[in-house]
Amino acid sequence: MTKTKLFALTGASLLGLMMTANAVNAQQSGYLSFLIDNGPQSVAVAEAWVAAYTEKNPDVTIDIEVRPGGGEGDNIVKTRLATGAMADVFFYNSGSLFQAINPVQNLLPVTNEPWQAGIQDSFKSVVSAGGEVYGTPFAPAMGGGIFYNKPIYEELGLEIPKTWDEFMANNEKIEAAGKTAVIQTYGDTWSSQLFVLADFYNVLAEVPDFAEKYTANEAKFATTPAAVRGFEKLQEVYEAGFLNADFGAATYPDGLRMVATGEGAHYPMLTFGIGAIAETVPDHLQDVGFFAQPGDNAETNGLTTWMPDSIYIAKSSASPDLAKDFVGFVGSPEGCDIRNEAVGATGPYMIAGCELPADVPPAVADMLPYFQEGGHNGPALEFLSPIKGPALEQITVEVGSGIRSAADGAALYDEDVRKQAQQLGLAGW
Amino acid sequence: MTASAVPALKMQRRSLYPGWFYAPAAAVYSVLFLAPTFASLYFSLTRWTLFDATFIGFDNFAQFFREPFLIQGLVNTVIYAVITSGLKVVIGMALAVMLTSQIMARGYLRSVIFFPVLVSTIGVGMTFTVLMHPTLGMINQTLAMIGIQGPGWLVDPKLALFSVALVDVWKGVGLATVIYIAGLVAIPKDYYEAARIDGATKLQNFFYVTLPLSRPATATVITLSFIGGLRTFDLIWAMTKGGPGFASDTVASVIYKQYQAGFYGLSTAGNVVLFILIAVLVVPLTMFLNRKQGHE
Repeated sequence: MTKTKLFALTGASLLGLMMTANAVNAQQSGYLSFLIDNGPQSVAVAEAWVAAYTEKNPDVTIDIEVRPGGGEGDNIVKTRLATGAMADVFFYNSGSLFQAINPVQNLLPVTNEPWQAGIQDSFKSVVSAGGEVYGTPFAPAMGGGIFYNKPIYEELGLEIPKTWDEFMANNEKIEAAGKTAVIQTYGDTWSSQLFVLADFYNVLAEVPDFAEKYTANEAKFATTPAAVRGFEKLQEVYEAGFLNADFGAATYPDGLRMVATGEGAHYPMLTFGIGAIAETVPDHLQDVGFFAQPGDNAETNGLTTWMPDSIYIAKSSASPDLAKDFVGFVGSPEGCDIRNEAVGATGPYMIAGCELPADVPPAVADMLPYFQEGGHNGPALEFLSPIKGPALEQITVEVGSGIRSAADGAALYDEDVRKQAQQLGLAGW
Repeated sequence: MTASAVPALKMQRRSLYPGWFYAPAAAVYSVLFLAPTFASLYFSLTRWTLFDATFIGFDNFAQFFREPFLIQGLVNTVIYAVITSGLKVVIGMALAVMLTSQIMARGYLRSVIFFPVLVSTIGVGMTFTVLMHPTLGMINQTLAMIGIQGPGWLVDPKLALFSVALVDVWKGVGLATVIYIAGLVAIPKDYYEAARIDGATKLQNFFYVTLPLSRPATATVITLSFIGGLRTFDLIWAMTKGGPGFASDTVASVIYKQYQAGFYGLSTAGNVVLFILIAVLVVPLTMFLNRKQGHE
């Protein structure tokens, strides 16, 4: 064990030396590298920030590096952090995935930096470890729920469903009208998780302490009926035959296009998809609405929310002060304005003083009431517990295409979660 | 031993170069190959975060064998290796027989069959993923034109592994054919002449002359494609990523997913299992094939 540490340390310090050598050159010209994922949204907004920042600070050069998203991207981030070769500033998830990149060891704390005063505590709690804050919001908050095609709803005279039964009844009518009721895109496996992940508000409504018990190995998906419901919903839409014919091969961009153009009526997704719709099918942006994933009780109908992804500064950064200045710029109202201009507004901001423009797309307008007074919302499980099993997306593909039953899927996921908990070294596993 | 000791000594005296000239190569080999191999044996017994390794004995191996989709990956790997190497032997042999006979455009056909071997595996995988799309793919659209509803090649869990295996055969059969052509050309013409004098039919020619005498080529093709099939990863990852669900997972793709998830110890244990699996299956196989060859 000591040997391992020594080995890793030597490697790290060697790399550190190399980095410092670079730093001497880099600091003179004020150089930063900025790693983001390759989504068109991320690239557009990062380019806009960098352009605005370097216009104010002409002596600074910022290189944008691009990586794939999903599991492939996790892999790159973890490996680069572990080898001390991370970019100065980088974009990554908050919540459970943030906990898995060993923040205390790898990241630069920003707890007492001036811009942090304007950031909401609910966000800080999902980018904190060991009593320090590490992250700054990259984007507005998101909701996980269901995009729907407004023209189809108008044509068939449907109401926004408040319960799962109403949702399934709507699906019946849409199907009877000869249209695809529910779009699924298992070609991008991660998109298959939405019915399960976005059901978590409904789980919390019935079992308020599920997250704590789950983290402590006391509650399981398979043995908590409210938690199995998400898997059952996935199974129900498949068994009812509501899915598009190519659900096994279609991809996330296909899904967004289909719900926008009316090739399908419902698409379970995170609201960050609004930005991509605005970019790829702008003519249909006004045709897409949004509602929370319905539970079994209309009274408690509410939205499962996702904290925004975050930007972090690597501890290995050669120019930490410059990095902090840039991150502070991104996390300011000015940063939000630049984002609004570059990719449009996709949801409420976590930064004080950030305003949404008056003419937000309908799907954003549909989401805002859940965040306002009298609206119900609750965080997704990944922001309440550090444990997220890596095989969930394969399991939800299986349940969602009839290969495995909901109960089996939930039980298999409990097994998968155990590995992650052990790897994180949590007590009680 | 004693008989050969004398020339060996002579050789040693005559050699201009001292043994330690091997040292640089040995150092590179130890650092880049031996050290990681033994380190991985150690890390497979730990829970490893790249910074810290906690010794947990054989827990990783227990975990590896307990999980349903890891076992399924193991079974899939063997199925995949058997199918691909079997088909490559049969089709490769048939093509080689055809391409060594007097047919038109022989040289052109030979290059056409070898061509897929030269194309990047990822490129092939992505191309076939598009062709095999259940509704928009060219394969199913062609089938639809003659009134057949094509299956979901890559999205039907019962078919996915076989679809990928077929693409693997399409891509790899050229190499098998070339090996067989070399083997067939090396068979002395005398045997065929003798067979003709005995009045053998074409079929008898094939089964009693060509087949037994091309055994060395068969051994090579089987060994190469079987090992290739066991550690196959790139094509599966490009086409299905092991899906739908876990239906086309092989040991290599399962290991990669564990690594992606940050379970470094567990994925290293998987690599040790794959190493042992290949050794256990391939060593006896080569011994069997080579012994037969010696009997000829």
